Amino acid sequence: MSTTSAQRTFAAWWFRAGRFHVSHAFLVVFSLTMLLPFLWMLLASVKPQNEVELLNPFPTVWQWENYLEVLTHKDISFGRYYFNSLFVAAWVTFLACFTSSLAGYAFARLRWPGRDHVFKLYLATMMVPGVVTMIPNYTLMVKLHLLDSYLGLVIPASFTAFGTFLLRQFMLTIPPSLDEAARIDGASHWRIFWDIILPLSRPGLIVLAIFTFMGNYGSFFWPLVLIKSEHLRTLPIGMLFFDTIYGKQTNLIMAASVMNIFPLILLFIVLQKYLVRGIQLGAVKG
Amino acid sequence: MKQRSDLRVALFFLIPNFVGFSVFMLGPVMFSLGASFTNWNLVKSVPFRFVGLENFGTLFQSQDFWLYSINTLYFMLGMPVAIAGSLFLAVLLSQRLRGVVLYRTLFYLPSFTAGVALLILWKALYNPSFGPINELLNVLLEPVRAFADAVSAAALLRERGPFGWIAASGDALPFLAGLAEAQPPEWLASTRNLFALRPNAVGVDAAQWGLGARDAIIFMGVWTAVGGGNMLLYLAGISNIAPELYEAAEIDGAGRWAKFRHVTWPQLAPTTFFIVIMSFIAGLQGGFEQARVMTLGGPAGTTTTLAYYIYIKAFEEFQIGYASAVAWVLFSIVFAITLVNWRFGSRYVNY
Repeated sequence: MSTTSAQRTFAAWWFRAGRFHVSHAFLVVFSLTMLLPFLWMLLASVKPQNEVELLNPFPTVWQWENYLEVLTHKDISFGRYYFNSLFVAAWVTFLACFTSSLAGYAFARLRWPGRDHVFKLYLATMMVPGVVTMIPNYTLMVKLHLLDSYLGLVIPASFTAFGTFLLRQFMLTIPPSLDEAARIDGASHWRIFWDIILPLSRPGLIVLAIFTFMGNYGSFFWPLVLIKSEHLRTLPIGMLFFDTIYGKQTNLIMAASVMNIFPLILLFIVLQKYLVRGIQLGAVKG
Repeated sequence: MKQRSDLRVALFFLIPNFVGFSVFMLGPVMFSLGASFTNWNLVKSVPFRFVGLENFGTLFQSQDFWLYSINTLYFMLGMPVAIAGSLFLAVLLSQRLRGVVLYRTLFYLPSFTAGVALLILWKALYNPSFGPINELLNVLLEPVRAFADAVSAAALLRERGPFGWIAASGDALPFLAGLAEAQPPEWLASTRNLFALRPNAVGVDAAQWGLGARDAIIFMGVWTAVGGGNMLLYLAGISNIAPELYEAAEIDGAGRWAKFRHVTWPQLAPTTFFIVIMSFIAGLQGGFEQARVMTLGGPAGTTTTLAYYIYIKAFEEFQIGYASAVAWVLFSIVFAITLVNWRFGSRYVNY
C-alpha cells in the first residue's frame, strides 16, 4: 500500500505535535468494537440472503431492494408501525411534560402541608419494578375496555414520577428572587409558572422530552401485552413479529433493524448536546 | 419572610399528575400486594378466593423460582465489568485529546439505540452455525486445531523426541485431542456457562463449563452499557474534580496511577455509589427483553430471569395472583438491596 504525501505529512505532524497518545490506541479499539456490529448489520441488510452467512463482510451484489421489500411486505406494514410508535411517543411526551412541569412547580415553588412526604412517596415509587404495576394496570385496562387501543398505550405512560422529580430538581435551581419580584408586582401563580418558571426550565423540559420520547419509541413490555391487532403494533412489536415469522431471512430482518435504528441515530446526532447534559442532570440528587 | 401555605394553588398544580400517579402507580402497587394473597386467574374458571401466603409458599418451594433467581444474579455479574469499563472510558475521554466528541458519540451509540432491533442483531451475530462471531472464531481456531494435531502426532511418532514428554504424561494427550476438535461456543443455544452451573437443578456440573446463552447475553449487555449513561456520569464527575487536587498530587510527585488512585477514584465515590445502586435496581428487574426477543427464556430455562418469569405467569398463563406474588418478592429484594447499599455505601461517600 502506498501512502500519499498528504498522509505522510499528516502523520508526521500528528506525531511531532505530540498529538499521538497511547489513549488513542485504546479509544480506536473500543470505537471499532462499538461500530463493528452496526457495520455488519448495514452490510448484511444489502446482501442477498445466501451471502449473509459468508465470512466476507462485503456483498458481491448490493441488493438495495431489500429495503423496498421490507417496506412493501404483504405481512407487515412498517409505515404503519412507524406512525404508531411516533404517534404514541409524541402524545406521551406531551402529556408527561405537561403534568410533570405542573407537579414540579407544586413541589419546588409552593409550600403546603405534607409536601415533602408526598415527594418522598414519588421518589419511593421510582424504585418499584415495572412489572409490579404492569399487572394491575393490565387488569385495569381490561376493565376499562382499553386493551388494544391507542388510549391504553398513551394514558398509563403519561404520568411519570421520574419527570416530576427531574423538573422539581431543575426548578429548584431557578433563583427564588425571580418569582418573589413577580409576586410583588401582583402576578398570579399561573403567570409565574407560565411566564417565568416554565421558560427558564426549558433545558430540563427538553431533557425530559427526549428521554420520554426515546423510552416510549422503544417501549416493549407494555405494547407487547396490550396490543393484539396488527394495525396497532408499534415498531418494536412489529420487529418482534417480523423476526418470529421471517427470522430465517437475515438480510430482510437486518434491513428492518436498520430502518428501526436509523431515526434514532439521526435524533442522537441532532440532540447529543442536550442528552449528555440531561443524563448528568438526572443524577444530581437533591 | 412570613410562612404561608399555598395548599389550594398546590392542589391545582398537582392534581393532573397526582391523579395519574395514584391510578397507575400507587394504586397498582397496593393492588398487586393484595392480589398476591389471592388465587386470581384471568382465564380458568377457578372460584376467586383469598389464599393467604399460599402463593409465597408455592413460590419458595418451586425449584424454578430458585433457578430463575440464580439466572438473574448471573446476569448481574456483567455489572462490575461494565461499570469498570465505563470508568476506564471516561478517564480516557476526560483527557484533552482530539476527537473526544466523536469517540463519545460512538461509545454512546449502542446504549442509545438499544432495544428490540439491537437484540435481533445480536441474535444474528451469535448464530452458532453462520453468525459472524463464530465464522471469525473458526478462522482463529483453525491454526490452533492444526497445531494441536501436529504436536500430538509428533509426540506419538517419536516418544523420545522433543515432544516425548507429552506422550508420557497422562493428561496432555487427551487435552491436545480436545484442542484439535475445538469448536466455537454454541452461544444462545447452549446451557454451558463459566461457573459450570447445572441448567435444571441448583448445583454444579463440570460438563456444563464453557460459554453459553447466559454469557452471550452478558457480553452483549456489557457492550451495550459500557459507553452509556454511566460513562457520561463518570465524565461529569471527573470534570467536577477541582484541578488543584491534581496539581497538589503532581507536586507530591504522583504518577498517572497514583493520581487516579488517590484523587480521581475517591472523588468519584458518590458517582460510583449512585451508579452501583441504579445498576442493582435495573439488574434485578432485567433480562425480560433479552429473553422474549432472543431466547424465549431457553435453552432449558437458563436465560429466564425473574422479570421474564413474571411475564410468563401473568401474561401467558394469566395467573395474576401468583405473578403478583413473584413481583412482590422481586420488589422486596430490590428494596432490601437498595437499603443495604444506602446504609453501607453512604458511609464511604464522605469527603
